[in-house]
Amino acid sequence: MANSNSLTHASSAPSVSSPALSIRVQSADFDLAAEFSALRAQLSRPAQTGALVNFVGLVRDMNEGEPVSQLSLEHYPGMSEKALQAIAAEASARWPIQAVRVVHRVGDLAPSEQIVFVGVSAAHRQEAFAACAFIVDQLKTRAPFWKRESTPKGSRWLDARETDLARTEAW
Amino acid sequence: MLEILYFARLREHLGLAREQLVLSATLHTIADLVEHLAARGGKWTLLRDDVRLRCARNQNLAALDTPIEAGDEIAFFPPVTGG
Repeated sequence: MANSNSLTHASSAPSVSSPALSIRVQSADFDLAAEFSALRAQLSRPAQTGALVNFVGLVRDMNEGEPVSQLSLEHYPGMSEKALQAIAAEASARWPIQAVRVVHRVGDLAPSEQIVFVGVSAAHRQEAFAACAFIVDQLKTRAPFWKRESTPKGSRWLDARETDLARTEAW
Repeated sequence: MLEILYFARLREHLGLAREQLVLSATLHTIADLVEHLAARGGKWTLLRDDVRLRCARNQNLAALDTPIEAGDEIAFFPPVTGG
């Protein structure tokens, strides 16, 4: 399989209609300040940006009444990046946004660790909030990642949630 | 030749992450492939019986009636739980 775990497309034309998309899947942790700066650096015309929305997903230490000591994330290398890219592109087709940055971690994670970063910039906050929420909701049901959690009773694969599916379809 | 990948709970159930299969003349769609694999019996019948399983052809989500061709990468996996 092609070893492409980083897809970055920076638009060459200085136009708000072709947003810069940056997608990464990695096992290493990410630095929120660095991602925030990088999102700003993706902007071809920074002075036209009025809103930057950043979402960070974290590992919780409790799920379905059981304490969780570790979360392991498996993914489909190649397809996971491709799916995130497609979701980001869809968001930019639906809202007039300027840049999207997604970082999704894989491998073993402890409670309180960062799992996912989604950053979106736009001229106005409404588009930035909507596009960011859309990307998070879509990636939960369309990007090929699977969580396995360790509890005192052993480890278990998480089941997909109906509420997540409903949120994906509500858009 | 087809490259077939299995992920997460399904990979563990089958005890297999990937395999190669010669694409015979009777395999035209993913549904044909599912029947072919399920015919191995035992743990393989889950591929046919678990309606929640998803599949992808060349890294794009696919349906049972999606056609397959030699050289394709076909993946089977449970519903995703990332984010």
